[in-house]
Amino acid sequence: MEKQDALHSRRSFLKSSLLSGGGLMISFSALAEFLPSKKLAGPGMPDQWFELTGYIKITPDNVIKILNPNPEFGQNVMTSLPMIVAEELEADWKKVVVEMGPHDSVKLGSQFTGGSNSVRMYWKPLRDAGAAARVMLTEAAAQTWNVPAAEITAKSGMLYHEKSGKSGTYGEFASKAAAIPVPKGVKLKEVKSFNVVGSSQKNVEGLKIVTGKPLFGLDYYKEGMKIAMIHHPPAFGMKLKSFDASEASKMPGITDVFSLKLYEDGFEQAGFDTRTFNDILVVVGKTTWDVMNARKKLSVQWEPIADTKETIRGFRGKQEVVVPAGLETTESQYAKMQERAKEPATVLRKDGDPETAFKNAATIIERTYTAPFLAHNTMEPMNFFADVTDEKALVVGPQQAPGWSEPTLAKLIGLPAEKIEIQMTRMGGGFGRRAYAHYMFEAALISKKIKAPVKLIYSREDDMTYGIYRPMYIATYRAALDANKNLIGFHVKGGGIPEHAIHANRFPAGAVDNYLAEGWELPSNITIGAFRAPRSNFNAAAEQSFLDELAEAMGKDPIDFRLELLKRAKENPVGKNNEYSADRYAAVLELVKEKSGWNKTENKKYNRGVAAYFCHNSYAAHVVDMVKRDGQPYVERVYSAIDCGIVINPESAKNMVMGAVVDGIGNSFYGGLTLKDGAPEQNNLNRYRIIRMREAPQIVDVSFVENGIDPTGLGEPPFPPVFGAVANAVYKTTGKRVYNQPYFNSTISEKFGVAEKNTKQQGDKKLPQPKIKKGRTP
Amino acid sequence: MAVFNLNVNGTKQKVDVDGATPMLWVLRDQLKLTGTKYGCGIAQCGACTIHLNGVATRSCILPVSSIGSKAITTIEGLSELGEHPVQKAWIEHNVAQCGYCQNGQIMAAAALLKNNSKPSEEQIETAMKGNICRCGTYVRIKEAIKSVSRT
Ligand code: FES
Ligand code: FES
Repeated sequence: MEKQDALHSRRSFLKSSLLSGGGLMISFSALAEFLPSKKLAGPGMPDQWFELTGYIKITPDNVIKILNPNPEFGQNVMTSLPMIVAEELEADWKKVVVEMGPHDSVKLGSQFTGGSNSVRMYWKPLRDAGAAARVMLTEAAAQTWNVPAAEITAKSGMLYHEKSGKSGTYGEFASKAAAIPVPKGVKLKEVKSFNVVGSSQKNVEGLKIVTGKPLFGLDYYKEGMKIAMIHHPPAFGMKLKSFDASEASKMPGITDVFSLKLYEDGFEQAGFDTRTFNDILVVVGKTTWDVMNARKKLSVQWEPIADTKETIRGFRGKQEVVVPAGLETTESQYAKMQERAKEPATVLRKDGDPETAFKNAATIIERTYTAPFLAHNTMEPMNFFADVTDEKALVVGPQQAPGWSEPTLAKLIGLPAEKIEIQMTRMGGGFGRRAYAHYMFEAALISKKIKAPVKLIYSREDDMTYGIYRPMYIATYRAALDANKNLIGFHVKGGGIPEHAIHANRFPAGAVDNYLAEGWELPSNITIGAFRAPRSNFNAAAEQSFLDELAEAMGKDPIDFRLELLKRAKENPVGKNNEYSADRYAAVLELVKEKSGWNKTENKKYNRGVAAYFCHNSYAAHVVDMVKRDGQPYVERVYSAIDCGIVINPESAKNMVMGAVVDGIGNSFYGGLTLKDGAPEQNNLNRYRIIRMREAPQIVDVSFVENGIDPTGLGEPPFPPVFGAVANAVYKTTGKRVYNQPYFNSTISEKFGVAEKNTKQQGDKKLPQPKIKKGRTP
Repeated sequence: MAVFNLNVNGTKQKVDVDGATPMLWVLRDQLKLTGTKYGCGIAQCGACTIHLNGVATRSCILPVSSIGSKAITTIEGLSELGEHPVQKAWIEHNVAQCGYCQNGQIMAAAALLKNNSKPSEEQIETAMKGNICRCGTYVRIKEAIKSVSRT
């Protein structure tokens, strides 16, 4: 993530300026939208904003506005990030007005939503900004009152000088403060004196959401705007050959039908410029329904692609990548992975002498795990608005990484970045999918071509079959136990299409003397990418199920077994590059053990599964309480313990963990996308199963470790270990271990998985059989 | 194309569209009422839920020609200021994550509670089973519904 670090330092550049004139003033009605109470929206609205640092604007009558830098996709940054500013600013949160910031990487930083990074990356810059502004306001008051600044205190948007009895609002001093140079290195507040950070605050957009305001890209409207939809190849590995639009063009409301090439040959793509379908057909018309109908009248010929070379300049520098031709089918992909798994792989980490450890083992336990592609299925399908002229471009829509997409957009439409305005709408879900911006590029190219404002809409079918999926994975875990059932060797070898999931330096690396991690990859033309920690959500299923099985073989409690390993990793770590903190890892396990009443008799009626995982700088552990309901495994209750450092807004943080738990149950039970001759076999929600209310738990009990550590991120970390905890609870419920995701989708896992092979592994005979509890109906 | 006289949120609306056009797109494209969301277009996700004579209905498969004089209520008409008890409960329980599905969830919940002020757990699950929340806010949705039914 060097890119973010570079942007991070640029962000520390804080600037103050006096805003005057129409360009920077916010219109009355736009502001009224953001006001906390209707009272304020009366006549005499502020027409002058004084900017103190890029994030704060204050009017003379003390309306304090804080800009949220990062795109919102449900993680609640629109509320939490401004809370951080308000804390150091000593503003009264109830009176703060929050607004989505413009795309401006100089003033507002990287503006990247993803990688559980928003709060982590903005913690320091936002505190600095709030504190600097408070100092500037204090200084302005000191000058006005002619008293030492040190004698002035700031509280709830007011300044007080006790000795003289003078007081005034921030607004009164805003104009003077804006002219003061932004101080550097201002002392920040002590964690213990926080009163906004750490308090539960309502979503600042809550009212707009429940009243159906046009918050989302799909809701965006501009006078004269047309609607466009694209028609992409029906299968990966296919491209456009020819088309006949004569009938479609005659359909009511249709104005244009044409083909479009996204990247010209040799175009240097940035790391996230994933190229899924480069040649597409575009239908433009007056309304969505017009365009949907006209698409049915298109007559199109597709043809197979040849091997295609792509030039990508990503985080690892410039690379030439060959995307292979071929129409891939899930069944053969699973078979290929199992074949490839037998071949040698790249050693990613080796400690001690694993070969000898396995040679000397009394028992070897070996298990293989698999997972299919997953489609994001954000509730709001991909879409973007674009209005591109020869002089400038406006693009509006859902995008997690405006800073990454802008340079590519500039190249594609031939305008310099300063002529491009990107507006970020609230996103109807992201999960990594909107870190890619092809739909923004497509919209812009369409607008440029038809010389009109246009909104590109993907249908659900388009969205699901034009995917940048979670990769397919396989991994074989092996453990060597000595005669006393001590763990003496650990080996993981994993692969995937088109990348493996192995994080070689994560737990249990560091806890086992003889350790080997290997990885291999199979190239593919199926496009894959970010998916709420794609590698981790596979690993946490595989590794955490495997550890559960090991604990059982060793006759140990699964939590105690993990804690033992962590103790070893802490006191006498093996190897050097261990990525995780054994202390923090252990702490979430201890906390979940306590909160779930792990050993309490009254909980024995549940089939309990536990798992813990570290990713994206944070730690999460879950205990899943499963029962049989109508004969089917059902997760009735979940206990979650999280260490993400300081929690900004506990109620919304809990919401995100609850969501991650439900998402994890849903995807581990049902999620999966299969292909036949390159064509996705699921193209809408009747065939792609997403968890519904009845399958969600009754209770998700969330606790956070309180350790005062700077925030380390929350979007991804709680998600992966849900998979493992579910798998372990399934075993307790049904007596059968599950090795293939999804666990309850017979069209995928039973058809293609490797369960058969696992039951025949050596060592199985020695494993005790679980006691199956009778199902109960809640 | 044909002219349809609709009753939307208590207001008469005249639209000139193909009779097969789903009400969802009439609302969004013609009437600029975008609170009603598109999620799947095949009655699987509930994002497009409206009330048709008070009954929760998927507008994505509801041809405009089938509506006649029936009253349509959208999220914008439930209460523009968010004063409907279900909207208030949603804010109180901080239900939304991304918020995209919530218009449909609220419309489904409001229809349920109108007919049955004290729904059982199972009745809630049945009434809400057509509404997907990809962000996984079900636990809070249920809590919010129960809080309204208690008052
Ligand atoms: S859009 Fe109507 S149910 Fe999904
Ligand atoms: S809140 Fe995002 S889909 Fe429900």
